[in-house]
Amino acid sequence: MSEIKIVNLRKQFGDFVAVEDSSFTVEDGEFLALLGPSGCGKTTTLRMIAGLELPTSGKIHLDGEDVTFNRASARDIAFVFQLFALYPHMNVRRNIGFPLLSQGVPKAEIRARVEETARLLRIDQILDRSVSGLAGGDRQRVALGRAIVRRPKCFLMDEPLGTLDAEFREVMVHELRELHNRIHATTVYVTHDQHEAMAMADKIAVMNHGVIEQFGTPQEIYNRPASMYVADFIGSPPMNFMRFHSGLHRGAQSILLDGIDIPVPEVSEDVRPRELALGVRPEHIRFNDASRLRGAVYGSEYLGTNQVVAVETASGIVKARIPADRSFRLGETVGLEFNPATLALFDCASGRAIASSLYQEARHG
Amino acid sequence: MSSVNTSAHSVVEPTPTVKRIAGVIVILYALVTMIPLAWIFLTSIKSPPDSISYPPKIVFTPTLEGYCNLFTTRTRQTPDYIQSLPPATGTCDEITRSRNMVIAGPSNYWPRFGNSLIIAFGSTFLAVSLGTLAAYGFSRFRVPLADDLLFFILSTRMMPPIAVAIPIYLMYRQFGLSDTALGMILLYTAVNVSLAVWLLKGFIDEIPREYEEAAMIDGYTRLHAFWKVVLPQATTGIAATAIFCLIFAWNEYAFAVLLTSGSAQTAPPFIPTIIGEGGQDWPAVAAGTTIFLVPILVFTIILRKQLLRGITFGAVRK
Repeated sequence: MSEIKIVNLRKQFGDFVAVEDSSFTVEDGEFLALLGPSGCGKTTTLRMIAGLELPTSGKIHLDGEDVTFNRASARDIAFVFQLFALYPHMNVRRNIGFPLLSQGVPKAEIRARVEETARLLRIDQILDRSVSGLAGGDRQRVALGRAIVRRPKCFLMDEPLGTLDAEFREVMVHELRELHNRIHATTVYVTHDQHEAMAMADKIAVMNHGVIEQFGTPQEIYNRPASMYVADFIGSPPMNFMRFHSGLHRGAQSILLDGIDIPVPEVSEDVRPRELALGVRPEHIRFNDASRLRGAVYGSEYLGTNQVVAVETASGIVKARIPADRSFRLGETVGLEFNPATLALFDCASGRAIASSLYQEARHG
Repeated sequence: MSSVNTSAHSVVEPTPTVKRIAGVIVILYALVTMIPLAWIFLTSIKSPPDSISYPPKIVFTPTLEGYCNLFTTRTRQTPDYIQSLPPATGTCDEITRSRNMVIAGPSNYWPRFGNSLIIAFGSTFLAVSLGTLAAYGFSRFRVPLADDLLFFILSTRMMPPIAVAIPIYLMYRQFGLSDTALGMILLYTAVNVSLAVWLLKGFIDEIPREYEEAAMIDGYTRLHAFWKVVLPQATTGIAATAIFCLIFAWNEYAFAVLLTSGSAQTAPPFIPTIIGEGGQDWPAVAAGTTIFLVPILVFTIILRKQLLRGITFGAVRK
């Protein structure tokens, strides 16, 4: 197993920039999720790591070796495709053994390793079946088997759960993570599903328009989003943005929102007056009738253990995730209170997060 | 509540009556198309007088005379000379002698038939091989001017090939390709390769490229991936294309008449020449035709499923 290091990787198709100067490192044994909407360049990044696309510029290091222009077959990596790409003219056993065949592994050893892999994935009972008759989950496991049988340097997975139904996807999320815990393979996993990324990954890279907006642990990404895009993409419902016009000074500990003082984590840069946004996660909002920030209940969504209540305030609609034990009338006036330590500030024009003690914690701890 | 009709009526599945009517129509059509073939076969086992009798004879005494005449060349002799010969050594010998002739030697039928086999299968093999590689290239790589090239390839089918007969005749004479098997193989390959490229491109487009990518990641070169993953999945398309190419090359008459006369002559231009030897020998012509039909018939029956798939290709979306 080994480390994947991407340096200033860029890919252009004609005038279209698919991936823009991305750099990141996936450490040995780490599970990285490339997360983003379709067309954000995550699959292109993965295919460049695999050697299925050549980058326009930049470098890819695998285990310390520059493999940027190596053939896919020379990189010793495994790839799980979205539609699995199981060879339809071979049975399960031959599918899993196919990568070993190319390496000239003796027949008896191929047999033994295929069977060992099949036992690990609990598909040993279907080894002699044709792949065309398999159910989605079994196809998925065969594709994984074909990937792990060779013990490659790393695994690349392109939305491998995309075609499974929701219920089964959860089972596979669990299985994939468990498999990773057992074999500790360096993995890059492409998905557009934040739940999959959050549940499985050690690190997440959030991509948008070919740019990596943020690279970090799921906690960092969720709690300390580096941009409005990340804050909006992660979480459901996403982070609320309350826009206001103001300047900020280093050391400021509160902001003025519609004439109401809101305490925020200590700001650590000077910002000239401009359009700003206060970012607050729905679960960091409490209803407090004593609060001066008020709004009218606009709608609510009952989710069993809790509910999401939309409140119309002077700065727009804010969604709050609160316990389900209280019910609201539409139009009822409520007071909103935020958990100050969790609030984020953004520059609306660039979408960039404004430096504050919230982010310093990230750096130091 | 009204009673619910539980015998669900499928919109797609035809009813038994419709199926029966369709069956009758298909059988009638099959009969109509079989009659010429049956007539050729029956003529091949008639005696020459029976073959030209009017009204045509349905009931007659079958004879192998047509086949004997097809496979041999004969010379007319006086009855005295025939009397003086040792006893006849086989059926054909007897039949020939009864017509006051003796067998002079084998005819050119089998060599011509062999030429047809070599030229038709050779050109089919070449056209399908080249077509598969070209189709793969067009399907998988960013070929500069791909659309224009494909149109150019298709455009070679837009006129009847015989329209270029004169230039090809002159060219072949210049290059010494006239009346050579190589010349005919090249010609039929050139005509068929455009069909092969277009048909196979469709088939290869349908094979997801992930299969090759998976194979390349599994440690194979592109050529290996093509050989081990793409080809096995393209067999249906290749078989269908091969049949179409073979049928064209096997049946082609106009170029064969024009460009071959001797050593490379194929069966189609040879068969009509049989008729001139000793009167209108229709049974011999029919015998030649019957045998000529056999290879393509066998080949088509073996690959009929692929052929059907080739014909209906594109009609059904998965």
